[in-house]
Amino acid sequence: MKIVMAIIKPFKLEEVRDALTALGVHGLTVTEVKGYGRQKGHTEIYRGAEYAVSFLPKIKIEVAVAADQVAAAVDAIAQAARTGQIGDGKIFVTPLERAVRIRTGETDSDAL
Amino acid sequence: MIHRFLARAIPSAASLVLLGGAAMAQAPEAAEAAAEAAATVLPADGQFILNTLLFLIGGFLVMWMAAGFAMLEAGMVRSKNVSMQCLKNISLYSIAGLMYYVLGYNLMYDGVDGGFFGSFGPISIPDPSADSGDYAAASDWFFQMVFCATTASIVSGTIAERMKLAPFLVFVAILTGILYPITGSWQWGSGWLYEMGFSDFAGSTLVHSVGGWAALTGALILGARKDKYTADGKVNPLPGSSMPLATLGTFILWLGWFGFNGGSQLAMGTIEDASAVARIFMNTNLAAAGGVVASIILCQVIYKKIDLTLALNGALAGLVAITAEPLAPSPALAIAIGAVGGAIVVFAVPMLDKLKIDDVVGAIPVHLLAGIWGTMVVPLSNDGTSFVTQFIGIVAIGAFTVVASGVIWLVIKAIMGLRVSEEEERLGLDKFEVGVEAYPEFASGGGRI
Repeated sequence: MKIVMAIIKPFKLEEVRDALTALGVHGLTVTEVKGYGRQKGHTEIYRGAEYAVSFLPKIKIEVAVAADQVAAAVDAIAQAARTGQIGDGKIFVTPLERAVRIRTGETDSDAL
Repeated sequence: MIHRFLARAIPSAASLVLLGGAAMAQAPEAAEAAAEAAATVLPADGQFILNTLLFLIGGFLVMWMAAGFAMLEAGMVRSKNVSMQCLKNISLYSIAGLMYYVLGYNLMYDGVDGGFFGSFGPISIPDPSADSGDYAAASDWFFQMVFCATTASIVSGTIAERMKLAPFLVFVAILTGILYPITGSWQWGSGWLYEMGFSDFAGSTLVHSVGGWAALTGALILGARKDKYTADGKVNPLPGSSMPLATLGTFILWLGWFGFNGGSQLAMGTIEDASAVARIFMNTNLAAAGGVVASIILCQVIYKKIDLTLALNGALAGLVAITAEPLAPSPALAIAIGAVGGAIVVFAVPMLDKLKIDDVVGAIPVHLLAGIWGTMVVPLSNDGTSFVTQFIGIVAIGAFTVVASGVIWLVIKAIMGLRVSEEEERLGLDKFEVGVEAYPEFASGGGRI
């Protein structure tokens, strides 16, 4: 099992969700986050003075998938979240040791 | 013509009484002649009623400007200080109302006689049965009181986000009970400036610049907000919490200004007065519109982006600028006066930041600088005035207000302190002094990512 975590542009969330659902992924955790990568921030003006906005709003999604689904999930997110412009985000994959569905007590891939 | 005016201004039953019920029963020609004679001048009762109505309607419109200031300031401060800003606004309006009854009105209007102040003590209002003159005495008190409150509203925006509540309210009590009435008496109380020929129709100088001067001395003595200016002298903007609220506040102020300027005609019992009030409405609106358009164009040219807050300030600067003489200018001149007011804001806001004078809402450019501009250009359209006298009035009122308010700020600072602690400023005034957060469901911890 793996956790696939992706930082994406906020307006791409629906497309990413649809793409994952089409793969049979039934669960997704979403967090509103701020950060920067190569895109850096941008400058805004307030009452005649410029200031830097260093952290841009992004969406972080986390999805737990079985090992044989990882490649497909990563591809689906990458395709759905891509605009080709700077700031599209990143995908990280990390190992997942154990999973439990609280209601039934099912574990590991049965719990996903 | 007179009939049309009466029919519009007064319900038909009342106009019949005013014209004399007997006219109906007479022959048509006689009735017409009688009506013409009776209608040339409105009876004293009718004038009393219309004048009083102007004071009351104008007065509650100006009262509503307190709501405008509250919303403008609530939108321009950060969310951690919004409750405090609202609390300051409703408190200052109330304190101004009490002080103007206890002390202010008589100090401003009773027995000034070309001098420097009136009498001490509360105003006494006659019983309705004994009320005589051109208007109801209480309507005049109400109308003048809301102007006094406006002066205090101007101060609260500048010193926002860092001043404790209690010292601010002490200052407001002195400003509204003593300082504003004294300088007001010089002109509107028929004091020495009035005798000299100074002219300030609705208070560009008497109300707006007085508030602006008091705000300026307060900002200088209080110092800037933490983090507003970096150690190397750069400006670090602290954007306000709600642009919709700031916009609503500006529209409310704009609406209130029709009472502010229109009501200052002080009479509406004749065709001439009614027409003057209407013309004032027109010029007031044109000047505000000119202020907005000028500031939008300048923002686009200078910054390549249009700052909404400067457009809002532009409207108010246009309004302040036309307030000194909203009746005499032609529509084109009213637009120009307002437009220059809007331009003043666009240049003065960054200039104050260069001087490290931290004015949260822009009250100093809007009320002080546009007020001076509006007062100085009165002679362009009003033949009875001169640039020299206007200048003397501005300097005299400015000097008195700067010195007196400066001393009072310093005394209050020595006795009770003006500024909140650094920790309180960082975490927000709402949590410490008010105990009510404006937006408790959005936790910020006083930080900004």
